[in-house]
This record gives sequence, structure tokens and C-alpha cells, in this order.
Amino acid sequence: MIDSRNFSFANSGDKIASMVVHGVSALGLIVMVFILWFLFAEGIPVLKSVTIGDIFRSSDWYPAEEPPALGMFAIISGTLIVTLLSSLIALPVSYLFAIFTAEIAPSWLRNILKPMLELLGFLPSIVLGFLGMVVVAPWMQGSFEILTGLNLLNASIFLGIMILPIVGSLVEEALSSIPEELRYASFALGATKWETISKVVFPAALPGILSASLLGIMRSMGETMVVLMVAGGAAIIPDSIFDPIRPLTSTIAAEMGETPVGSAHYHALFFAGLLLFLITLALNMLSAWIESKGKIAQQ
Amino acid sequence: MLNINKHSSNDTKIQIETKDLSLYYGQDKVIKNISFNIYERMVTALIGPSGCGKSSYLRCLNRMNDFIQEARTEGEITINGSNIYDKATDVIELRRKIGMVFQKPNPFPMSIYENVAYAPRLFGVKDREKLDEIVKSSLEGAALWDEVYGKLKTPGTGLSGGQQQRLCIARAIATEPDILLMDEPTSALDPLSTLRIEELIRELKKKFTVVIVTHNMQQAARISDYTAFFLLGDLVEYNVTNKMFTSPDDRRTEDYITGRFG
Repeated sequence: MIDSRNFSFANSGDKIASMVVHGVSALGLIVMVFILWFLFAEGIPVLKSVTIGDIFRSSDWYPAEEPPALGMFAIISGTLIVTLLSSLIALPVSYLFAIFTAEIAPSWLRNILKPMLELLGFLPSIVLGFLGMVVVAPWMQGSFEILTGLNLLNASIFLGIMILPIVGSLVEEALSSIPEELRYASFALGATKWETISKVVFPAALPGILSASLLGIMRSMGETMVVLMVAGGAAIIPDSIFDPIRPLTSTIAAEMGETPVGSAHYHALFFAGLLLFLITLALNMLSAWIESKGKIAQQ
Repeated sequence: MLNINKHSSNDTKIQIETKDLSLYYGQDKVIKNISFNIYERMVTALIGPSGCGKSSYLRCLNRMNDFIQEARTEGEITINGSNIYDKATDVIELRRKIGMVFQKPNPFPMSIYENVAYAPRLFGVKDREKLDEIVKSSLEGAALWDEVYGKLKTPGTGLSGGQQQRLCIARAIATEPDILLMDEPTSALDPLSTLRIEELIRELKKKFTVVIVTHNMQQAARISDYTAFFLLGDLVEYNVTNKMFTSPDDRRTEDYITGRFG
């Protein structure tokens, strides 16, 4: 009697747990679908006022004029360029940091460096933006004799600082997860430490490193506060790294509050959001694909 | 103490001469003043219960204990006429002359070809034909060529456990070392794979001096020419394998071999 009661209780416990898990994951999926649907529903109507060719080809972003000019070329390039430059700054630094922490540093130093890096990741982006605005921008303007210290380079540096902890600690984990036996095998064959890292450990961790990098790039692309404060906000295609830019994110953040609901400008901002979403979705899928390829290669 | 020269005859040359070697891990003395000679192109088995120091001794021979922060050695190991614990020793060069095979097969996550070509490439072999040749002869030497020649580009990690271990042997002999160290190379393998590796070891000793750590007494009896019995960091007995397994000099050896402890 007791046994069978326990048994059925255990069974229903399983059922409840499985229902909860399925329910929660279904909820996540539903929210996702709604966001996508909402972005499309609010973004696509912009095509009533402007052609898709104009959006992607024209750099004229004067949304408050009548009729509004909604060319996003400069804004889209702003996003792509600042993402590229910040990645160029942050990714090599992250790799070197991770290699040093995981492979070279003695354990006491590792125990200091890892938490420090994670702490950097806890810095609110507005604090970084503030630093860029009141410390780096005036200094840059003064020492390079440029028009404004709020520019592409400044924004890229601070975006880089933002993604450094993410990429750094994920790459560090990817390197640490490579079994010690592989390192010993390499050392026993007469390889130096550096040869072992560059020829065995790094290649073996490559799928993890690539997906960490893509995660950092996505983060850099989606970041709003730093670029809103530090990038300068001019919707132009930059000629140099000292020119101000205006990425998609800060455009949405700065203008959404001031635009009438349902106007062409309003729809254009949602369209910008839709673009961001699609780009990050593509990067995400790329990263998942790389990871699955890495798993197959390791089997 | 042991008479070091007892077993040397005219046709056997000393390959590794260990003199009064001690190894410490921090305060622990894990190898206690051992001295003996390992002979060229012989299979020498190191046996003894867990924690007796046999694996630690093996790692002294290619200085893999250098990676253990607390490890410290005293005494001498002379290989090819020079003390490997001398300050002037080039550890990289030393490890190139001494191949090592580990307990668990540990092929690199690269193709079979790249696994074997790894060390030759490190030492500057760039010529494709030369590499092809080295890969082929090493895989043949490890009795793996016939099974993999059609799939050299596939991952080494895709092979079976026994094949992986033979790949690791091929990788270790690709630099044409003098000595091959094996740390319980069959302990993770099934009986058939173990048998193949044992056959292979008998082949390998024609070209290399093999030092093998094993937990398996029958294995030591089957494949080795000399056997060293370690106990609690001491070298209790070192003898010709036949003698060791039929009429050991030391009471403790007999007890261990007959399974009374360990």
C-alpha cells in the first residue's frame, strides 16, 4: 500500500516538474515570437513613407522634417563600424588576458585576476559612459586637437572595455576546459609552453573562443548607453576614427521618447530595432553553428 | 644494498644510470635514494603497489615532474653520458630524445596525420614528402598504419581506445627517440587491445629502450626483460624478470608478486 502510494506520488511529481519545465520554456518561446511579431508590425509600416532602397542607400536622417528623410545608411554603418573597431580593440586584449590567466599565471595570481575581470563586468554601462564623457573626451579633444572628444574612437574604447570581461572570462573558461593530459602530451614531445598553447590548447578551444567572441560582438552591437553618451551622435559616415557617429541603438534611445506614436519616424525607429534584432539573431545562429561543429570535431 | 652491475653483461649497454636519486613533493620524500641501471633496447618494467613511487620515477626520466610546483630532486640520472638534472640540460632536447605514452590515450584533437606530424613539425621538418614518410613509418612502427592509411585526415579522437593509444605511441616515436616511457599504457584498454599493445612493445624494443610502469604483474612477466619492484619509495629489488618472478631475492617481492599484498 505504502509503496504504491509513494510510487504514484513520485510519478505525479515527475509530471508536475515536467509540466513546469515545458511551460517555462514555452513561455520563453512565446515571448520571443511576440517580440518579433511586434517589431515587424511596428517596423514594416515605415515602408509606406519611404522605399527600402532609400532606407539602406541614403544617409539623410532628418526624421523631424516634413516630409521626413529616413535614410539609415550612416546609422547602420555607424553601428557596424563601432562594433568592428571595438572588437578589434577588445578581442585581442581578451585573448591575451585569457591566455595569461588560464595558461601562464601561477594560481595565486589567477585567483586575483579572474575576480577582478568579473568585477569589471559588473560596472554599469552608464558609469563607463560617464568616464568617457567627462574624462576621456576632454583629454582626447585637447591632446589630438580635434573637433570633439565624443567620437568613434572614444566609443569603441569604452565598448571594448565593456565586452572585455565577457569575452575574457568565456575564453578563459574555454581554455581551462581543455584537459591537462593534452598539455602534458605536448610537453612530453618536447614542445615549449608557447608551442603548446598556440598549437594545441588554443586550436582545441577554438569553437569556444569563436562563440565567446561572437557573444562579445553582439553585446557591443546592442549596447546603447555608452554610445549614446560617448559616440557624439552625428548621423554621418565617419572619415576618421575621430569623427562622431550615431549607431542604431542610440538613435532609438534618443528619439523614441520624442516621436508621435504611429508617425513615419516612429515606424522607422522600430525598423531600426528590427534590423538590430536580425543582425544579432544571425550572429547568434552563427555562434550556435560554430559550437555544434566544434562538438562534432571533438567526437 | 643492490649490486648494480650484477646483471650487466657484455652485450647490454647501460641506457639510463640512476644514482642515489631522491624525489620530494614538498616535505614528502616519495623516492628514497634509489640507484640502478636500465639497459639499452630492453624492456624494463616498474612494478609495485599504488603510491610506491614508480610513476614518479618514470616522470623523473623526462623531467615531467618539473611541472609539479613542489617537486624537488636530489641525486643523478645519467642518460647518454650527461646528468639530466644538470643545470646545463636542455629539457626540450631531452624530451625530444625520450618519448612518453600516458595512462589514458590522449591524442590531440586534430587529424591522425597531424597528431603524428606534430613533434617533427616542432623540430622544423617542413618538407611535405619528409613528413609523409615520418607519419607512415611511425604509424607502421606503432602497428596502426594498416588500420588508418585510408583516413589520415580524420580526427585522431575518432579512433577506438586501443587505436588511440597506438596513435599516441606513433606520435611518441615520430621524433625517433632513444627511450620510450610508458605509464600504465594499457590500464584503460580492453584485453584484446592490451594484447596488441604488448605485442607492439616486444617489437618496439628492437629500436627503443622501453621503460613501462604497470599494475599488471602478468604483463610485466610477459613483456619485460628486467623488473624493478618499488615499495614506499624504495627500490626493493631489481632483477632479470625471469628470476624476479621465479625466485625473488627479497621476501617482500615474493609477497607482492604472489598477491599477498598490494
